[in-house]
Amino acid sequence: MTTDFAGNQQIIEIVYLIASALFILSLKWMSSPATAQRGVRAGEIGMVLAIAGTLLHHGIVDYKWIVIALVLGTGIGIPLGMVHMTAVPQRTALSHAFGAFCVTLVGTAEFYLRTPDVPRFMMAVLSMEVILGSLTFTGSLMAAGKLQEILPQRPLTYKGQNLVNLSLLAASVAVAAYLVMHPGARQLFPVMIAVPLLFGVLMIVPIGGADMPTVISLLNSYAGLSAAAMGFVLDSKLLIIAGALDGSSGLILSVIMSKAMNRSFTNVLFGAFGQVQPSAVAGQEEKTVRSATADEAAGILAAANKVVIVPGYGMAVAQAQHKVRELYDALTKRGVDVRFAIHPVAGRMPGHMNVLLAEADIPYDRLIEMDDINGDFPQTDVALVIGANDVTNPAARTDTGSPIYGMPILDVDKARTVMVIKRSMSPGFAGIDNPLYYLDKTLMLFGDAKSFVNGIVHELSGHG
Amino acid sequence: MSSALINGLFVFMLAAFIGFEVIRRVSPLLHTPLMSLTNALDAIAVVGAIVLVGEHKSTLSFVFGVLAVIAATSNVVGGFLITDRMLRMFKSSRPTKP
Repeated sequence: MTTDFAGNQQIIEIVYLIASALFILSLKWMSSPATAQRGVRAGEIGMVLAIAGTLLHHGIVDYKWIVIALVLGTGIGIPLGMVHMTAVPQRTALSHAFGAFCVTLVGTAEFYLRTPDVPRFMMAVLSMEVILGSLTFTGSLMAAGKLQEILPQRPLTYKGQNLVNLSLLAASVAVAAYLVMHPGARQLFPVMIAVPLLFGVLMIVPIGGADMPTVISLLNSYAGLSAAAMGFVLDSKLLIIAGALDGSSGLILSVIMSKAMNRSFTNVLFGAFGQVQPSAVAGQEEKTVRSATADEAAGILAAANKVVIVPGYGMAVAQAQHKVRELYDALTKRGVDVRFAIHPVAGRMPGHMNVLLAEADIPYDRLIEMDDINGDFPQTDVALVIGANDVTNPAARTDTGSPIYGMPILDVDKARTVMVIKRSMSPGFAGIDNPLYYLDKTLMLFGDAKSFVNGIVHELSGHG
Repeated sequence: MSSALINGLFVFMLAAFIGFEVIRRVSPLLHTPLMSLTNALDAIAVVGAIVLVGEHKSTLSFVFGVLAVIAATSNVVGGFLITDRMLRMFKSSRPTKP
């Protein structure tokens, strides 16, 4: 029988090796939309192989509950995979929480099975697994709650917030260090879970909606690293590889997001989000804006050769992406060249705008990244801003006193005419005034994004 | 440190480098599906949970294992499903048919 066991173990290892290769290929094929679906297939095959291989594990005596749990998980997973595209950010945050939940549970179970015979290095990675796991669990639940608007989206800050948070983190590391020296101290283990659970909640409290893309990426990275740590505990190379891939993916995305907001990476890592203070009531002098009706806007758009649409979170909130598609169709039919300028932090998670516009059937080769389209704004007849604010604020280039000074922006102010669809003149989330609105070439289109775009489409088709 | 841990560190280091190189090349267009895909792949943690359930070494490890398998499986199924749905939406304006 022992030879059979050894044989099974070898088969499992080979299956895991194949699964690891498929996971790497899966991410490689994500590099372009043309091969991305093949990437998903590779990942799925790798996953099925790995799960099937695991069932050959010689120590498994109880298959009934494995099947029950797999079926229950599938039952929860299907509705989570079918959510509406506007709900993708909160779904993603929720799945980070589920992943972290799984890792924390397995880490805890492994500790109580092994204590007090846990080698020091093993205890160190196990501590890292459960600390990262539990703070990612509550942090992601909080983020999902804010995105779903169950919790207030407004950042909540208080004096000494960073001190409290850093002390909590230090406390959990101290408990971990004690456990590394004394792995038999099982009564301390719950403390090492409870403190990071609290830290996860407090970490997200000061975060506002505009910081969500960075935070989601960071939680993604934490979830990956905790899974990699679990791979060390279980001596599973497959898990180490998957965790390292997920961890580096989250890290790269957080770096891209923090660069796009001109935050240093350490600023992001230490949870000091949402600390941007609104500038003291800027410019008291009376400033005038020019506004226009849907009729006038339609006339200007129809006369243009090149139009760039700048979508922001406001477009998603107003569910205006399908109307924007109608506008795109109406203008394209008249021979107008329409493209979309996508700022990296537009929306509530990395790539959010692209998915919403793709859902509305706008071809992806019309969606242009910031660095590629900024040079084209001087040759653009009309820049139409829909529900975006801070990412178009020219003060980020010129006003050293502005809280967003240095943040890379879309240079819409260089277009010949700028049109901004906005509910009112009230400043955006960060409370920063936008000088773009007072330019002579800017027309403010006051109203709800969806109904205003609808109005323009109506005028374009009516007088066609 | 045992040789298994040293091996693990080597694997982690290499996988992290591959991850950086591969993911750096992912188009920003696909950052949302990338995140849901890595989320599904990360749920490979389900294999550790399956062993906990199957071995049934203690009540605690069994109960935690069952919960962990449920959580991870929902990520696997939901993650692949939504990634696939999103990618189907990305269409080029250049027709693929000749």
